[in-house]
Amino acid sequence: MKKVTVFITLKQGVLDPQGKAIQTSLHSLGFQEVEDARVGKYIELHVEDHENVDERVKEMCDKLLANPVIEDYRFEVEEAVRS
Amino acid sequence: MLQTFDISPAQIETEKLYKEMGLSDNEFEMVKSILNRRPNFTETGIFSVMWSEHCSYKTSKPLLKKFPTKAPHVLQGPGEGAGIIDIGDNQAVVFKIESHNHPSAVEPYQGAATGVGGIIRDVFSMGARPIALMNSLRFGNLTSERVKYLFKEVVHGIAGYGNCVGVPTVGGEVQFDDSYEGNPLVNAMCVGLIHHDEIQKGIAAGIGNTVLYAGAPTGRDGIHGATFASDDLAEDANKDRPAVQVGDPFMEKLLIEASLEVIHSDALVGMQDMGAAGLTSSASEMASKAGTGMEMDLDLVPQRELNMSAYELMLSESQERMLLVVKKGREQEIIDVFEKYGLQAVAVGEVIEEKTFRLKQHGEIVADIPVDALAEEAPVYQMPSKEAEYFNTFQQMETQIPLVTDYTEMLGKLLEQPTIASKEWVYDQYDSMVQTNTVVTPGSDAAIVRIKGTDKALAITTDCNSRYIYLDPETGGKIAVAEAARNIVCSGANPLGLTDGLNFGNPTKPEIFWQMEKSVAGMSDACRTLGTPVISGNVSLYNESRGKAIFPTPVVGMVGLLETLDHLTPSYFQHEGDLVFLIGETKAEFGGSELQNVLADPDQIYSGKAPFIDLQVEAKRQTQLLDAIHQGIVQSAHDLAEGGLAVALAESVFSEAGLGVSAYLDGDMTVKLFSETQSRFLVTVKPEDEERFAAQVEDAKQIGVVTGDHTYTVIGNGEKVIEENVHTLCKRWKGAISCLLKSKA
Amino acid sequence: MKFAVIVFPGSNCDRDMYHAVKDVLGEEAELVWYENSNLENYDAILLPGGFSYGDYLRSGSVAATSDVMKQIKEHAAKGKPVLGVCNGFQILLEAGLLPGAMLRNKNLAFMCHQEALRVANNTTIFTQSYAENEVVRFPIAHGEGNYYCDEETLNELKQHHQIVFTYENNPNGSTSDIAGIINKQGNVLGLMPHPERAVEAIIGSDDGLKVFQSIVRNWRESHVANV
Repeated sequence: MKKVTVFITLKQGVLDPQGKAIQTSLHSLGFQEVEDARVGKYIELHVEDHENVDERVKEMCDKLLANPVIEDYRFEVEEAVRS
Repeated sequence: MLQTFDISPAQIETEKLYKEMGLSDNEFEMVKSILNRRPNFTETGIFSVMWSEHCSYKTSKPLLKKFPTKAPHVLQGPGEGAGIIDIGDNQAVVFKIESHNHPSAVEPYQGAATGVGGIIRDVFSMGARPIALMNSLRFGNLTSERVKYLFKEVVHGIAGYGNCVGVPTVGGEVQFDDSYEGNPLVNAMCVGLIHHDEIQKGIAAGIGNTVLYAGAPTGRDGIHGATFASDDLAEDANKDRPAVQVGDPFMEKLLIEASLEVIHSDALVGMQDMGAAGLTSSASEMASKAGTGMEMDLDLVPQRELNMSAYELMLSESQERMLLVVKKGREQEIIDVFEKYGLQAVAVGEVIEEKTFRLKQHGEIVADIPVDALAEEAPVYQMPSKEAEYFNTFQQMETQIPLVTDYTEMLGKLLEQPTIASKEWVYDQYDSMVQTNTVVTPGSDAAIVRIKGTDKALAITTDCNSRYIYLDPETGGKIAVAEAARNIVCSGANPLGLTDGLNFGNPTKPEIFWQMEKSVAGMSDACRTLGTPVISGNVSLYNESRGKAIFPTPVVGMVGLLETLDHLTPSYFQHEGDLVFLIGETKAEFGGSELQNVLADPDQIYSGKAPFIDLQVEAKRQTQLLDAIHQGIVQSAHDLAEGGLAVALAESVFSEAGLGVSAYLDGDMTVKLFSETQSRFLVTVKPEDEERFAAQVEDAKQIGVVTGDHTYTVIGNGEKVIEENVHTLCKRWKGAISCLLKSKA
Repeated sequence: MKFAVIVFPGSNCDRDMYHAVKDVLGEEAELVWYENSNLENYDAILLPGGFSYGDYLRSGSVAATSDVMKQIKEHAAKGKPVLGVCNGFQILLEAGLLPGAMLRNKNLAFMCHQEALRVANNTTIFTQSYAENEVVRFPIAHGEGNYYCDEETLNELKQHHQIVFTYENNPNGSTSDIAGIINKQGNVLGLMPHPERAVEAIIGSDDGLKVFQSIVRNWRESHVANV
């Protein structure tokens, strides 16, 4: 069993109003050092061992999890520790 | 947090654990004598939620009995999921209001969202298609960051849920006063449409029939929400966070469609949603109403989490769940419908003859309680009542006319008060048009929803000026009902009935109970005189924070019927040259007024007498105005409320028509412009209808004309006292709320 | 002419679309549940608004992967009309039938009100009943209607006159004020504002009726030889 963690963010250049709102709020709370904030999605998958895990996950991202028009993604694969 | 395992009945008694769950010593003794033994942990939990105010109305029941609930057109009064009123052509309207105050104070987004979800389920569980949502909200003043956060998130929550399920949010009201600072009110109302032959009841009839559980699996959400809703809000509300449920509007949408499909099957016997106190209240109430018992195997209940105890399963308030009773042998027909929508429906028990509520888990009986002890025979208390001290003081006060020097500036200021200002920031976030029936969108006196396939429409409003009720609960109670009816009448509709959302402080305090008693008495009086029975409602008590109660806020949700869309009457002016009439005289009445709020001394904002109301006069004026509307001689009609005539005139010219108004008044200008005397209406008629109108409506007096110059002018005692560009006024009125939200505290 | 209104779990403007076509326009229409459906016998497909699959992950993304989309793609490939409104538009984007993507409204809030739109292209099968550059009023009701595409795509859209409706007062931040676009073949239209909510004056506007009338008119004209 593998644990796959997928991180999805809006592409650079695509306006991220949520990120902007967070940045503004952080500034108003006194965190002036925040230069940029981007909001993304985090998806956890538990998948059965498969010889092409990376390839399969990439396919999942391309077909459903991310929208290539506006989003970038990356993922990490590790051994799952499940009780 | 209580551990649910390994706690013995003896421990519950000796360590008084029942108190932590919300049962009093006396109530625990009652439980023991009902069972002839000590209850176990699960049973104690079941009793505590079923005997909480939220489920049993134990302190409010004696008051609720005073409401008139019957009329020939009432098909279903209080007691079921929602009330039902006949509107002819084999159709009926189903509606109810419900509060979700405490959950919203703790987690405003989910609290408000699940409040919307719950009230929608109440309506479709009757077999009705939900066609409109309204909400009545109260917050502290928009000056603290916390209040702004609560306000924004409640609105987002209502939008997030209501928009997704596809039921339009067509209107409502929002008011702001310090008394709600720590305890906001979120009351949601749902209106549904039904054919007479589709009416479902939540009954578990037919011995041997199967109990089906449908919808979302049960998790540990909101355990003890019902008792939580009946407690004073702790100062650190955050520690109660686990008691908040999370809603899934997508699941609800599927549940609506599946439920409205199964009502066409004669295999269905009864249906009820799982609301407060979840599986416990739905199951025991269904059995109690049918005079039967019920046996359930908790191992069969779909579960989202592992190792859930019987206590947790029975008390969970997981959302989007329904309980159905289905004819034995025909379960699959119903299950198939739910499966089509991707929903789980499983048999979890059966209806039994013995009037007991018996639960099994892991092969053992984990609860065995006489059904009626939970529902009909729950304890009822007559609380002591004492006239509030402030009341006497306020009644003694001489009426004083506040000093206003610049009427134009005062008008502008009033228009910027969040209670009066445009609520566009709020309702633009609600899908108010889905279902394509919304004839009058939010922002008018009453929302109008047409009924497809007929020429009829429903008028819907929610109202409650709690400042008046605080000053004088009985008079204020009358005004709340009268104002709702006024809004319905102004739209051209005939008031049919109402649902009440009673929000009060701690009823064990005699002065609070007095507020409850008096306001219910006033409301009942008005209901009788105006012919609007109460068909459903909800009680929310213990609305206090730091020991201070909210203003008594019995919200009135009223529905009226437009027999034909020809009667539809807008609230704003229509044509240049129309004559402006004011129905009703104006007296110096400023107790609880918006003017008092603006000029207030921060320590004692509201004082004095509430405005006087004569219900006979109110009824007469409403009837005469409605007759005139039905004769087609009224171009627009608007009731006078917060801010008095000055504000009503302004609201009447805030439209895209580019109109203005010229009004001529005599007497004290502060009184004429800003007093909140009741039973008044602002009406426009065409010059050629002047005589007919004046003959029809006794107390009407012409006070001005509609102009085409986009200017708001008032001539007082022969002199110009207000002259302002309508656009300038409108800008202040429209921008006030978003401006307050942006400003830093 | 026979319309199919596709109903996904969570669609909520399906009945409104049906009402507009069936009751107001007087054409044949059926609500078609997304599963086990056969779209062969329909002349036009309507993808209604709502929150298919709760808008979870991204608006329209889950519906775009459903089996029925294969049939819709086949239908579109035959040149038959497909109209996606609001969530229907989002589904068409996610399914790749139209270029671009939707972002959250620039103010991050859901918004619902009437908007003034310009008919930027009145030569399509969906808009030929409108005058050139006609300004119309449709309601909008969305939280993610902020249309986005890269510059290259935008140039292409412009070059092929694929921008069909634009906002007069851009409410949500859409690229180039885009409210609705069509595919190159000219038979798949996606638009955020709701024409089906603007088919009767009593509910605020009947400007949307011409979208449906255009579809019917075009179909009648191209089928007249068969009569």
